Amino acid sequence: MKKHTLSRTYMILVFIFMYAPIVLLMIFSFNSTKSRSVWTGFSLKWYAKLFNDSEIINALQVTLEVAVSAALISMILGTAAALGIFSLRPRSRKGLLWLNNIPMMNPDIIMGVTLMLMFIFLYRICHLPFFALGFQTLLIAHVTFDTPYVLLSVLPKLRQMDIRQYEAARDLGASNFQALRKVVMPQIKSGIVTGGILAFTMSIDDVVVSYFTSGPFSETLGVLIFGMTKKRISPEINALCTLMFIAVLVLLLIINFREFKASKEREE
Amino acid sequence: MRGNKIASVPYALWLALFTVVPLVIVLFYAFSDDAGAFTMDNFSYMGLYAVVFFRSFRLAVLCTVACLILGYPMAYAMSRLSKTGQTVALILIMLPMWMNFLLRTYAWLTILENNGLLNHFLSFLNLPEVNIINTPAAVGLGMVYNYLPFMILPIFTSLTGMDESLIEAARDLGCNERQVFRKVVFPLTIPSMLSGLIFVFIPAVSTFVISKILGGGANMLVGDLIEMQFLGGAYNANMGAAISVVMMVVIMIFTAITNRLDSGEEGGVLMS
Repeated sequence: MKKHTLSRTYMILVFIFMYAPIVLLMIFSFNSTKSRSVWTGFSLKWYAKLFNDSEIINALQVTLEVAVSAALISMILGTAAALGIFSLRPRSRKGLLWLNNIPMMNPDIIMGVTLMLMFIFLYRICHLPFFALGFQTLLIAHVTFDTPYVLLSVLPKLRQMDIRQYEAARDLGASNFQALRKVVMPQIKSGIVTGGILAFTMSIDDVVVSYFTSGPFSETLGVLIFGMTKKRISPEINALCTLMFIAVLVLLLIINFREFKASKEREE
Repeated sequence: MRGNKIASVPYALWLALFTVVPLVIVLFYAFSDDAGAFTMDNFSYMGLYAVVFFRSFRLAVLCTVACLILGYPMAYAMSRLSKTGQTVALILIMLPMWMNFLLRTYAWLTILENNGLLNHFLSFLNLPEVNIINTPAAVGLGMVYNYLPFMILPIFTSLTGMDESLIEAARDLGCNERQVFRKVVFPLTIPSMLSGLIFVFIPAVSTFVISKILGGGANMLVGDLIEMQFLGGAYNANMGAAISVVMMVVIMIFTAITNRLDSGEEGGVLMS
């Protein structure tokens, strides 16, 4: 029993360590002055200001646009790669999976810097205006670090699948495309969705890669906030993050509640 | 599925173009001067930055060890919870990642500042005030705070995925709880600990954001150095590329050594 209390206490301490800054940030988003450490009274003025701040709203829009587009593109790219990877010779398969690890293992700063150098090279020396730093380059960078997660979420689902089902469908006269759509797709769908959600999360959370690959008119929220940390962060950002945090919390509660209910029903 | 080889071609091309080519370009920059001629100067001048390299490496190693010491008991405690408890704890670990990490780090600034909350609290208790902000300790704290989940998650996954029958067998054969842990559970979690080491070390050795926010100007890390060469005041893409190459080599060596520690099959750490 004593051992139990000890581990519980430790767990609670770690959670306090993890949540103390977040709780503080949320509390001070309701502060009536700009101070981050002296409480001067409750106010909602930062929330009101937030919705009138075009710079922040614009950055939020860029963040969501790039996260959604990058997640969708990487879902297509990664799923196609996973489908194709099985028919590759073992050697090329290994090579592709090894390459796929690079964007995941490379530190953000290296990835940002290498991509930025290439974009500048293509723009200045090869005179390709498409690669001027802006939304396109930001999107390319996000797809590059998103797709490995999709590929690695879809692959195990394909491994679990019985390949003979696909072959049976072909034998019964289905075209390759029909067999993929009607037999393979339903079985790997959950992997694609998981990969997509992971990709979206990675994109939303990214600061460093975006910092190097975005242009002046395509700042994401992370890049905007990073610019602010050099001077002083406006409390509106605290308000925005509080809202985002609560949105995610509610979403997670709904998902888990549904899963909980589903597993309860299965038990009964 | 044999006919679908073509489906992986777009991604293979994408990887070649946006992962391999950029790395080649960085190598090219690292070994050339601003006129494009071959030179080794970028590397021979790097001795100037030895202090920064040493500081980064030391902080990253300390942070990784601290994460292991703090994270292992946490993962173990979590794995002893009921199924529902585990889910809740897991969500609690992941949830902070949804709050922009810059803001979480910035919140620590509010706590650690000289007239911040920690010192308000200490003086309230009539204790002497502490000066933590803008020291390496503050940067280390910020790193541990941000990267602790990367250590907890793989260890937790390995602890919960463990084959219970092995533990039962050990008990049946007369092991007490301590022996079960030392002889069965702990050895089985070594691969996940090594993944955790890599997942923490890589971002820790390459960060520049945390040192900017919590370290002031005085605690520059390799990441800051690289950023400075590209977007900061001292624009020198060749030097920046050379420092990036050195950092990649350091990470490759660290990963190789860590992988070697795991006597199992190679590549196991990366994929688990």
